[in-house]
Amino acid sequence: MDKNEKKVGYMTSMSKPGKGCAGDTGEWRVFKPVKDEEKCNHCLLCWIFCPEATITKDIEIDYQYCKGCGICAVECPTGAITMVKEEKQ
Amino acid sequence: MVSFKSLPEEELFLAGSTACQGCPASLALRIAFKALGSNTILLVVASCTSVLQGSYPHSAINLPLMNAAFATGGATASGVVAGIKALVKRGELEEEPTVLMWAGDGGTYDIGIQALSGAAERETDFIYVCYNNEMYSNTGTQRSGATPIGAWTTTTPGGKVQHRKDIAQIMIAHRIPYVATASLAYPLDFYQKMLKAREIRGTKYIELLAPCPPGWKFPSSKMIEVSRMAVQCGMWLLYEHEDGENRFTGATKRMIEGKVKKKPVVDYLEVQGRFKQVLASPEGKEAERMLEEDVSESIRRLHGWVPEYI
Ligand SMILES: Cc1ncc(C[n+]2csc(CCOP(=O)(O)OP(=O)(O)O)c2C)c(N)n1
Ligand code: SF4
Ligand code: SF4
Ligand code: SF4
Ligand SMILES: [Mg+2]
Repeated sequence: MDKNEKKVGYMTSMSKPGKGCAGDTGEWRVFKPVKDEEKCNHCLLCWIFCPEATITKDIEIDYQYCKGCGICAVECPTGAITMVKEEKQ
Repeated sequence: MVSFKSLPEEELFLAGSTACQGCPASLALRIAFKALGSNTILLVVASCTSVLQGSYPHSAINLPLMNAAFATGGATASGVVAGIKALVKRGELEEEPTVLMWAGDGGTYDIGIQALSGAAERETDFIYVCYNNEMYSNTGTQRSGATPIGAWTTTTPGGKVQHRKDIAQIMIAHRIPYVATASLAYPLDFYQKMLKAREIRGTKYIELLAPCPPGWKFPSSKMIEVSRMAVQCGMWLLYEHEDGENRFTGATKRMIEGKVKKKPVVDYLEVQGRFKQVLASPEGKEAERMLEEDVSESIRRLHGWVPEYI
C-alpha cells in the first residue's frame, strides 16, 4: 500500500425511514380526538382522511404522533369523535 | 368495486412527519402510496414535500426517494426511467418499479413546465403528480401560475389580478395517454385514478387540489371540507382524459348531469381567509363574477358547452 493511500469507508447521505421524523408530534396537539366506541360504525372515513396516518383500520388513534388537526372529528358522520382540550402539565 | 375496506392497511407514509397539522400533501402521498404499492420510486422536486419527508438522517417515506432541483421534475424522471430500462436490459432488474414524480404547482406550472413538457413529448413512462396548493407554500405563500384571481399571497397583497393557467389542458395538448384531476375529499376517485395510471404506459399526468390550511388561512380541521367545496362549486373539476376524450368523474359528473346543483363559488371563497380582503373590497363582486366565469370557461373547454342548469 502506498504511504499516501488510506483505507476509507464510504459515507451515505441516505435517510432511513421510520415513524417520528419530527419527534413525538403528539406534543403539538392542543385538542385531542377522543372516540366514542358506542357511536362508531366503522365506516373508515376517519381512517382514510387522517393526513398523518395515525388512525388504524380498527379505529385506534396513535396519540404519540396524532397532531390534533381535527379532520377526523369534522368528517366523522356519526359524531363519534370529539376534540377535547389537552391538559398539559 | 373499490371500497375503503379493500384499500391496503399498510402505511408507506409514516406518522410523526414534519408536515403541518392537516397537510393536504401528506394525505395525498399516503393515498397515492396505497394505490401504487412498495415497488415505487418517488422523486420529489423542491416543495413542501422536500420538507415534510423529514430531514437527514430520518425519512417519513418508506420508499426509495430522490430529491431533485426545482425545475427538473420531468428531466429527473427521464433519467431514472432510462436507468431502470438499462438495468432491465442487463438483466439486473426483474420487476420494473413505478416511477412517481411528485411536484407542487410552482414546480409544475412555472419553473418545471419545460422539463415536464420534454418528458411528455418523449413519451417517458412515468406518473407525474402535481399537488396544487395554488401557491409557493414552502417559501411562505408567494403567487404561482395556479393562484386564482382574487387570492391573497405575499406577492399579491391586494389579491391576484390574473387568471390561473389551465395546465391540465397543456398536458392534454401533448397527447399523452392519461390526464386526470383529483380531490382529497373523494379519496376513492383519486385512488382509482392512480391505479389506472400505474397500468398505462407512457406519461401520465395527475393533478390534485391541495388546500393548505396555513396558506389559504382556514382551520386545519376543515381541509377535507374545503376540498369538497372546491368541487361542489366547480372551481375544481374532476375528470379524466383518455383516448382523446374527456370524461367527468364523481361529484363533477353528477353536477354536469344535473343530478346535484352546483354551489356558488362565493361559498367556497368565504371559508378561506385568503379571499377575505378581496371580498370586502369594492372589486369583490367583480372578482366573484370573474371566478364564476372561470368555472364556466373550464366546463366549456372540457365539455363543449355549459348546461343551462349550472
Ligand atoms: C431554482 C430554485 N429556486 C427557488 C427555490 C426555493 N424554493 C423551494 S420550494 C419553493 C416553492 C415551491 O412551490 P410549489 O412547487 O408550489 O410547492 P409547495 O411549496 O407549494 O408545496 C421555492 C421557491 C429552489 N429550491 N430552487
Ligand atoms: S386529529 Fe388529525 S392527526 Fe389526529 S387522528 Fe384525527 S385526523 Fe389524524
Ligand atoms: S368516521 Fe366516525 S363512525 Fe366512521 S370509523 Fe371513524 S369514528 Fe367510526
Ligand atoms: S404549508 Fe401547507 S402544503 Fe406545506 S406542509 Fe404545511 S400544510 Fe402542507
Ligand atoms: Mg404550491
